Amino acid sequence: MGDRITLAHGNGGLLTHELVDVMKREFSNRILDELADAAEMKVGKSRLAFSTDSYVIKPLFFPGGDIGKLAVYGTVNDISMKGARPLFLSLGFILEEGLGLDVLKRITRSVGLAAERSGVKIVTGDIKVVEKGAADGVFINTAGIGVIERPGVSISGRARPGDCIVINGTIAEHGMAVLNAREKLGFSSAIKSDCRNLNFVAERCLAVCGSIGCMRDLTRGGLATALNEIAAASNLGIEIDEKSVPVRRDVRALCDVLGFDPLYVANEGKFIAFAGEGDARKVARAMGRPSAVIGRVTRAHRRQVYLRTRAGADRILPALETDQLPRIC
Amino acid sequence: MAEKVGPAATRKIRLMEVCGTHTMVIARMGLKKLLPPSVELVSGPGCPVCVTPEHEIDRALAVAEKPGVIMATFGDMMRVPGSRKSLADIKASGGDVRVVYSCLDALEIASENPGREVVFMGVGFETTAPTVAATVLEARRKRTGNFFILCNFKTVFPALSHIGSSKKLRVDGFICPGHVSVITGSRPYEAFASLYKKACVITGFGDADVLKGVKRLIEKVKESDFKVETEYGRAVTRQGNKTARQIMNRVFRTADARWRGLGTIPESGLALKKEFARFDAGRRFRVRVPAGKTVKGCLCGEVLQGYKSPGDCRLFGRACVPSRPVGPCMVSSEGTCAAYYKYGV
Repeated sequence: MGDRITLAHGNGGLLTHELVDVMKREFSNRILDELADAAEMKVGKSRLAFSTDSYVIKPLFFPGGDIGKLAVYGTVNDISMKGARPLFLSLGFILEEGLGLDVLKRITRSVGLAAERSGVKIVTGDIKVVEKGAADGVFINTAGIGVIERPGVSISGRARPGDCIVINGTIAEHGMAVLNAREKLGFSSAIKSDCRNLNFVAERCLAVCGSIGCMRDLTRGGLATALNEIAAASNLGIEIDEKSVPVRRDVRALCDVLGFDPLYVANEGKFIAFAGEGDARKVARAMGRPSAVIGRVTRAHRRQVYLRTRAGADRILPALETDQLPRIC
Repeated sequence: MAEKVGPAATRKIRLMEVCGTHTMVIARMGLKKLLPPSVELVSGPGCPVCVTPEHEIDRALAVAEKPGVIMATFGDMMRVPGSRKSLADIKASGGDVRVVYSCLDALEIASENPGREVVFMGVGFETTAPTVAATVLEARRKRTGNFFILCNFKTVFPALSHIGSSKKLRVDGFICPGHVSVITGSRPYEAFASLYKKACVITGFGDADVLKGVKRLIEKVKESDFKVETEYGRAVTRQGNKTARQIMNRVFRTADARWRGLGTIPESGLALKKEFARFDAGRRFRVRVPAGKTVKGCLCGEVLQGYKSPGDCRLFGRACVPSRPVGPCMVSSEGTCAAYYKYGV
C-alpha cells in the first residue's frame, strides 16, 4: 500500500480491503472479524443486527434518487441482508457552509419518506457544519439496528456447496445513472438509479426458504466484487453464466459506449440470495420479475469466481481492483 | 457463439489485434480458448496510454506540479507511473489534477478559471485527435488565453508499417482498429496489406463483431487473401470521415514521435501547427526532464510489439499489479497486461 490515501481506496475493491486490514489490527474482535455488512450480536434472548454506512455521493440529486434516500435504504438493506427486520436508524449530517436551506429540506424530506417506506424510525441524530470546501455539500452517516425474529434463520457471509445464486433484477443502473449525471456526459437516457429498500423482498424470500444461508446487497464494486467476497469467505468456488445476468438494453449500450463492464458497476436496489437447488425457483418467484438464477457454488477453483462468457468460453471473474474508467478511443 | 471460431488452420498462424480495446474485449470474451490451437493471438501497440514514453509522463508530471496549473487528463493517464510518481500521486499531494471525459471539458475548466492555466494531457490516435483539434479551434474562436495542450498524439499507420516490416516477428494477419478506421476509412490499409502481404480485417468491438472478424481473418490468411475487409460496415467506410480528418489536419502537422518500446518512428506523431503554437503546453512550460528509463525488468515495450506476452515478464502479477503498476500496460484500461491479469489469460 502507498503512503497516501487515494480515491481508489474508497471504491469497495481490493484497496478498500487493504485499508480495512490496517484498521482491524487496532480493534479486532470476533464480531467485527466477520466483516459482514451488518454485525450480528446476541443481546439477552434477542438476536440483533447492527450496521453503519456513510454517504458522500455526488451529485446530491440524481435520476431515481438522492443522498437522503440512499442514506436510509443503504443501511436498511445491510441490516435486511442478515435476515433482520430493520427498526431504528441514527442520522448524522455534516453540512458544508453555504449549503442552501432548500437543498437540506429536500434531502430531509426524502429521508423521511424513505424511512416511512422502509418501516423504520429515525430515533437519534447529529448535525455538524464545516467550512466551505471541507465537504461536498452534504455528507450523511446512518447507523441502524434490527432484530432477527424468524426462528432458524442463520445468514452468514458464507455459501454452501451446491447453492444456486438468485438475483432480484437488472444490474448496473445506479452506477451508470449517477455517472451520467455527475459527469454531465450528455447522454439522454431513461436510466435511473435502482435505489430502493430491500427489507420486504428479503423477508418474502426467507418466508419461502428459511434455509437461505447467505444474502448480499450489491453496492460498490458491483456483482463481481460481491461474488468474490463470498467465494473467499466461504472457501468455495462460484460459477456464473454471463447470459443469465439481467442487464437492461439501454444500460448495456451505455456501458459499451464508455467501455464499462456492468458486472462491476454499483447498484443500490439489488441483492443476491444463495439457496439450495430445489429452492432457487421459489426464491426467484418471491423476488418477482426480472429476477434470475445466475450461477452456482462449487467445490472447484476455491475462492475464485468463474464466468461463462456470452461467447461460450470460461474465464476468471476477478474482484474490482481499480475503478473502471471510460475508454479514450 | 460457443462453437470453435474459424476453420482449423493447417499451419501455425499468428494474428495481431492492433487496438487495445480489442485486446480487452478478446480477453473478456475468453476468445483465445475458442481458437484452434494453431492460431496464436498477439497484442499490438494500439493503446495510446501504453505507447506514451516515460519522459512524456515525466514532462506531464513536471507541468502538473507548476503553481497555478490545472492538469486535465483522461482517467487512464492518472495512475501511469513516471520515473518518480503518477498524476494520481500529485493529486493526492494537493496538486490540481482533474479527470475529464473530453478535451472540451478541459476548455470549460479554463473558461471557469481565468486566473489559472489549464493543460490538457493529449494522448490518443486518429480517433481522438479530431475532437482535440476542434477544441483548439473553439479555444481560438473564444480567445481563451489560459488553455494549453500537451501533445502526445500518434497515428496508427506508421506503427503498423513498423510491425509489418519486422523481421523479428512474423504476423500473418491484423485485426484492425475499428474506431481509428471510422476516421481514416479502410483505404489506407490497402497499400499496407498489398506491400507487406498481410491479411487485414477491420472489426468493431461487440462480441459478435470480434468473433466474425477473427473468423474471416483466419480464412483470409489461409487463402492468402490480402484484400482489406471491413466487418464493421455500420461505422466504417472506405473513405472514412473526411470532415474529421480536415479538422485534424487544419490544426496538427505530422512529426516524428517516440513510442514506448518501438522507439522513434518518423512522421508518426501529431504536433500543433505554428499558427496554433500559443496552445502548445510544451512551448509554454519549458520543463526539463531526464531522458526516461524503463524500470528494470519491465517488458511493456516488447509486449506492445507482440514479441513477448505479459506472462514472460517476471514483474507481472508480482511487483506489477493494477493497484501498484510498474508499467503502463498494467494500468491502462486497454493495456495488454491489465487484460491478461484481470481475465486470467
